[in-house]
Amino acid sequence: MQIAFHLNGTPVRLDAPPTRTLLDWLREDRGLCGTKEGCNEGDCGACTVMVTDEGGARALNACILFLPQLDGKSVRTVEGISSPEGALHPVQEAMIAHHGSQCGFCTPGFVVSMAVGHACGRTDHDDVLAGNLCRCTGYAPIIRAAEAAEAAPVPAWMQDTVPERTADPFRPSSVAELARVYAAHPDATLVAGATDVGLWVTKELRSIRPIFLNGLRDMQQIEMGETIRIGAGVTISALRDAMRDVHPSFAELLRRYASVQIRNAATIGGNIANGSPIGDGPPALIALGAALHLRRGDAVRQIPLEDFFLEYRRQDRLAGEFVEAVTIPAAAPTLRCYKISKRFDQDISAACGCFNLTIEGSIITDARIAFGGMAGIPKRATAVETALIGQPWSLATVTSALPAFATDYQPMTDMRASAEYRLEAARNLLVRYFHDLSGEPVSVLEVAP
Amino acid sequence: MSMGKPLPHDAAPLHVTGQARYIDDIPTPRGSLHLAFGLSTVAHGDITAMDLSAVRAAEGVVAVIADLDPMPDCSPSVHDEPLLAVGRVHYVGQPLFIVVATSHLAARKAARLGKIEYAELPAILTVDEAMAANTRFEQGPVIWQKGEFNDAPHYVEGQMEVGGQEHFYLEGQVALALPQEGGDMVVHSSTQHPTEIQHKVAHALHVPMNAVRVEVRRMGGGFGGKESQGNALAIACAIAARLTGKPCKMRYDRDDDMMITGKRHDLRIEYRAGFDDDGRITGVEFRHLFRCGWSQDLSLPVADRAMLHADNAYFLPAVRIESHRLRTNTQSATAYRGFGGPQGVIGIERVIDHIAHTLGMDPLEVRRVNFYRAMGHAPNPAPQHPVATTPELTSQAAEGVPHTAPKPDPGTAQTTPYHMPVEDFIGHELCAELTRTSDYRARRKAIAEWNAGSPILKRGIALTPVKFGISFTLTWLNQAGALVHVYQDGSVHLNHGGTEMGQGLFQKVAQVAAGVFGIDTSAVKITATDTGKVPNTSATAASSGSDLNGMAVKAACETLRDRISDHFGGATFANGRVRTADADMSFAEAAARAYQARVSLSATGYYATPKITWDRLRGQGRPFFYFAYGAAVTEVVIDTLTGENRILRTDILHDTGSSLNPALDIGQIEGGYVQGAGWLTTEELVWDDKGRLRTHAPSTYKIPACSDRPRDFRVALWERPNPENSIGRSKAVGEPPFMLGISAFMAISDAIASCGARYPALDAPATPERILKALGHV
Repeated sequence: MQIAFHLNGTPVRLDAPPTRTLLDWLREDRGLCGTKEGCNEGDCGACTVMVTDEGGARALNACILFLPQLDGKSVRTVEGISSPEGALHPVQEAMIAHHGSQCGFCTPGFVVSMAVGHACGRTDHDDVLAGNLCRCTGYAPIIRAAEAAEAAPVPAWMQDTVPERTADPFRPSSVAELARVYAAHPDATLVAGATDVGLWVTKELRSIRPIFLNGLRDMQQIEMGETIRIGAGVTISALRDAMRDVHPSFAELLRRYASVQIRNAATIGGNIANGSPIGDGPPALIALGAALHLRRGDAVRQIPLEDFFLEYRRQDRLAGEFVEAVTIPAAAPTLRCYKISKRFDQDISAACGCFNLTIEGSIITDARIAFGGMAGIPKRATAVETALIGQPWSLATVTSALPAFATDYQPMTDMRASAEYRLEAARNLLVRYFHDLSGEPVSVLEVAP
Repeated sequence: MSMGKPLPHDAAPLHVTGQARYIDDIPTPRGSLHLAFGLSTVAHGDITAMDLSAVRAAEGVVAVIADLDPMPDCSPSVHDEPLLAVGRVHYVGQPLFIVVATSHLAARKAARLGKIEYAELPAILTVDEAMAANTRFEQGPVIWQKGEFNDAPHYVEGQMEVGGQEHFYLEGQVALALPQEGGDMVVHSSTQHPTEIQHKVAHALHVPMNAVRVEVRRMGGGFGGKESQGNALAIACAIAARLTGKPCKMRYDRDDDMMITGKRHDLRIEYRAGFDDDGRITGVEFRHLFRCGWSQDLSLPVADRAMLHADNAYFLPAVRIESHRLRTNTQSATAYRGFGGPQGVIGIERVIDHIAHTLGMDPLEVRRVNFYRAMGHAPNPAPQHPVATTPELTSQAAEGVPHTAPKPDPGTAQTTPYHMPVEDFIGHELCAELTRTSDYRARRKAIAEWNAGSPILKRGIALTPVKFGISFTLTWLNQAGALVHVYQDGSVHLNHGGTEMGQGLFQKVAQVAAGVFGIDTSAVKITATDTGKVPNTSATAASSGSDLNGMAVKAACETLRDRISDHFGGATFANGRVRTADADMSFAEAAARAYQARVSLSATGYYATPKITWDRLRGQGRPFFYFAYGAAVTEVVIDTLTGENRILRTDILHDTGSSLNPALDIGQIEGGYVQGAGWLTTEELVWDDKGRLRTHAPSTYKIPACSDRPRDFRVALWERPNPENSIGRSKAVGEPPFMLGISAFMAISDAIASCGARYPALDAPATPERILKALGHV
C-alpha cells in the first residue's frame, strides 16, 4: 500500500506491506532502535510513539500499529522528542534530574508518553502513564519528573504538520466507500484501531487482508441530543470525553479501559463487533439500552445491542455487514458501571457489571443490568431484573434478588478469576450499587491516604 | 570526593533519548540470521515422532537444528538441562528444536509448524502431587534444628500458599553470537553472568574458554531472571553461528519468554509456633514445600536462602526448618531478587501476625519482643534523606561521618538458626524511628475508629522489618576483579566483573574510581562487562555487585594512584589536581609525566570478602559478611464486597550504611518495595490442569502499574556506617528492600482481620479473589 507520513519531521513515502508494524519498520528498516519491543501486544508501552493528525497529538503503541494506519499522519519517536540539534525535551531533563530511569528499557516509551501528555497539558499522570510498565523504579521518580516538567513550555520542534492522504480502495474515506469495498470483499478484515487485530498478526502470526477504517471521518462523529449517536469509528478516548458529563460512571469505566495508548486507537465499533465476552463497552451500552446500527452495502438495520451477541465469538452479523453506529439515551442518572480486575489500570475485566434501574417513588419500575465476564457473551441479567422490578428499592429487595444471579450466569474459571468468585462478586456488585445510590463510599479508589 | 553523591545513573541521558544500546539494538552485519525455538505443548511425555518438514520448507528458513550429539547442557548447576529435549519433554514450553531463519518473524512463524507426537506421561504439577510421588531434588528434605523445644503457654499453627513471580524484565532474553576466525566466538548476551555464558558456550562448542568472549554493556532489567536463563539463547546462537558461519541472534517473544523461562519459586509454608503471654516465641517449626520445576537450576541455594531467612529479624530460641525441593513438570524456577529470602521472611512474618492476632496484640509489639537483642551501642543519630516530596537530594552521605563502627561485644550476641551471632542488629532503633516518623501508633488508632464507621471499606496497617544476609552462600563466589587503565591524557578506562541491569552499579563503581583519583566521574569511562578484560567473574547477584566490584576497582585504582604518587615521591589527589611536595598539576599532566617516565598505567584489582565460612550441609557458620536492615509501614484499604484493594501510604526507613549514592539507593528501595508488593498482590501465575501457564503475557500477568504505587510514598535512608569494612562503609541494597513489600500484604491481612474474630490466614498473592475468600472465613 502506498502511504505518506512524516517521521520526526521528515516526509516519508513508501509502499508498505499492509500488516508490517511501525515498530518492526522503525527498528529493522530505519535503524531507529530507540523505540523498544517489550511485549509485542500493546500492554507495556515500551514502543510508545507520538502520532499527530488533525485531531492533535496522541500516544500509540507502535508494536500493533500497521504502517498503512499512518497515512496522512505525523510520527514522532523518542529520537524526535529531543531537538534535531540534540537539545533535550523538558520531560527528558526531568527524567534525568529525578532519577526516572534505571535499566532504561521502558524509558523511551515513558518519555514519549510524557511528552505527549506535556504537549496536551495533562497533569493526570497516573492515567497518562497507565499504559507504560516499569519494573525497576516503582514509578515514584517518574511521576516526580512528570510533575516537574509540567510548567515548561512545549518546545517548538514538537510542532508537527501532516501530509496529504494517499488514496487506496482498502483505506476508504467514507462510510459509503467502505460499504462498497466490504461488500465486494466480505472476507477482508476490518481494521480500525488494530488493538485486537494487531495481536492476530503479532501473536497468532495470522495473514489477513485488512480494510483500514481510520480514514472514515463520517464514522468518527458523536451526535449529542436526547439520543446520542456514536459512530463506530469513535475512539474510546473520544467516547470517554463525550461521556464525562452525561454518563460519568460510564466515563470512569472507560478511564479504566486498557491504557491511553489503547484507548487512543481502539474504537467502540471494534469493541462491539469483536464480540469479546470481556469487552468493557458492551455491558455499559446494554445497560443503557443501546441500539446497534448495522450496514451492508446500502442496507441498514437496527437491533438492540444485546441481540447482536449470539454466543461465544458469534454475532448477528452477515458477511460484508459492519457496525456503523450505536445509539444510547442521554439520560440515565442511576447508571453505575463497576469493573473488577486484578489490577485497576490496564487490565481486562474478570467481571464488569453495569446497572441502570428506574426507580419511581420507591418502586423499581425498570431494570437493565448487564455483565461482561460472566458468560460467553456480554449478557443481561434478566432473572435478576425480574426479581427487582415491581419491588421497593431496599436492601431487602436486593438481598432477595441475589440468588437470581445463579440463574442468569454460570461463569467460567480462568486465569482472571474462578467461577465462584465471579458469581459472588457479581452479587456483591448489586449490593454495592444499592449503597452507591444511597451516597455511601463504595470505592477504594476514592479513599485518600 | 565523588563517593556518596546522589549523581544520576551514568546512562540516564542515553536512556531518555533512546540512544542506550541493548543487544537487539546492536547493528548486525548483512546476512545475520535469527533464531526461534519450537516448544513442547505437553507437560510430560515421550516424543514419538517429530516431523519438521514444514518447518524446513517455511519461507526464510535457513536451517533447522533438532539433533545434537552430544546435546549441549544449559544448567548452571548439575548438567540436567539439555538445550533441546532429548526423547522426553518435561514441561509445556520446553525447547524441542531451533529454527534458523532470515528474520525474527520468519523464525517465529516456522517454529510453529513442527508436527510433534507424544506418548503422554502423568505430569506432576503441584507440591501435593510431588510429595505423593516423592519427586524431588536431593535425597530428602534438608532439615536444620537448633535449641530445645519446651512446652509453651500458647501455640499457633497454619499454612500459607505463596505464589511465584515472573521477572518481567522489560527487555526479554536475547543473545547475539558473532563467529570469529579460527572457530572463536564473540557473544553479546543479556546476562547477569557473562562468565557462565562463556563457560556454557565454550562447552557447547568444545573449545576452551579462551576461545569465547562474552560482552554485556547493559540489560533491560534482570532481577535474577538473567542469572542462568540466558544460557539457552547464547548456546543456541553460538551453535547456529558455528553451523552457518553467520552472526546469529535470538530473542524470545514475550510469550515465549514467559513460557520457557523460570520464575520465582512458589511454595507452601507450614508452621507451628509456641509463645508466651507477651508473644515471645519459644519455638517454631517450619516446613517449606518448594515447587522447583523440571530441572535443578539454582533451586538448592534458593531454598537454602529461604531457610537462612526463616528468622528474619527475630531470635528463635528453638527452631526446626524442613525444606523440600520438589521436582514438578513446570518451568524450572530460578533466581529472583531475594533468592529465596523473601519466601523465608514471609513465613516468620506470618507467624508473628498470627501470634499477635491470637493474643489480641498489635503485631508491632510482638515483633519488638522477638527482635534480636540490641548490642548495646548507643543509637547513632544518623543523617537521613527524606525524599518523598523534595526534588533535589542533599548529599551528606559518607562525608563527615566517621568511619568507626561501634564495637559489639560478641559474648552477648544471640545467634541465628544457623548459629551465626547477630552482632550488628539495629532493628530496635530503626523501627522505633520509623514508628515515630510514620506516626504508626496514632494512625493505627485512627484506622480502628475509621473502620468502625465504614461497613464496606476497611483500612489496615502493618510495620514489617527486614534483616537480609549479604554474601553469596556459595562462599567462593565472593570474589571480584577489575581492570583500570589511565591514559596519558588523564582519562580513565574502567572495567570490572559486575554487570549493569539498571541498578546503577556502574555509576557507583565509577564514583569509587573517581574518588581514588580525586577526579570527576565524567573523566571515568564506564565500559561493557567483558570476559576478555576481567575473567572468572561471579554473577551480579546476591546484592553483592557494588560490595565486590567496588572493592576490586578501589584496589586497582589505588595501585595506579600509588604508582603515580611514588613517581613523584609522594602526592595527593583531589579536585582533579595532583599535588606533590613542589608541584601542583592536573591529573592529566601527572598521567602524562608518569607515562613518559615509563610507569605502568594499567592495573588489575581483586577482592575476596573476608570473614565468611559456611557449611551448607550442616547449616552452620557465618555465611554472611554482614546484614542489611530496613522496615516499612504500609497502610491499605480493601473493599469487603469485592476484595479490591489499594496501598494508600508507605513509609520506609532503610539501612544503606554510608550510601555510595543515595539517589540510586532510594531508587532501589522504591522499586524493590513496589516489586515486592506486586509479588504479594496483583502478580498471579496461573497454570491449568495440563501444566500450561495461562498467564504468559502482560495482558494476563499484572505487574504493578503506575497508579499501584503508594500514593503517599516516603523513603528515608538510615545511614549509619557499616560496622564491617565494606566499600565506603556502604551496604548492599539490591535485594533487601524487596521484602519491605511484605508490609503491604500484612496490612491487607490487618484490614481483613477487622471484619471478624478469626485469623484471616490469607494466601499470597492477595488478589481480590483471595481477599474475598479470606473475608469469608474471619
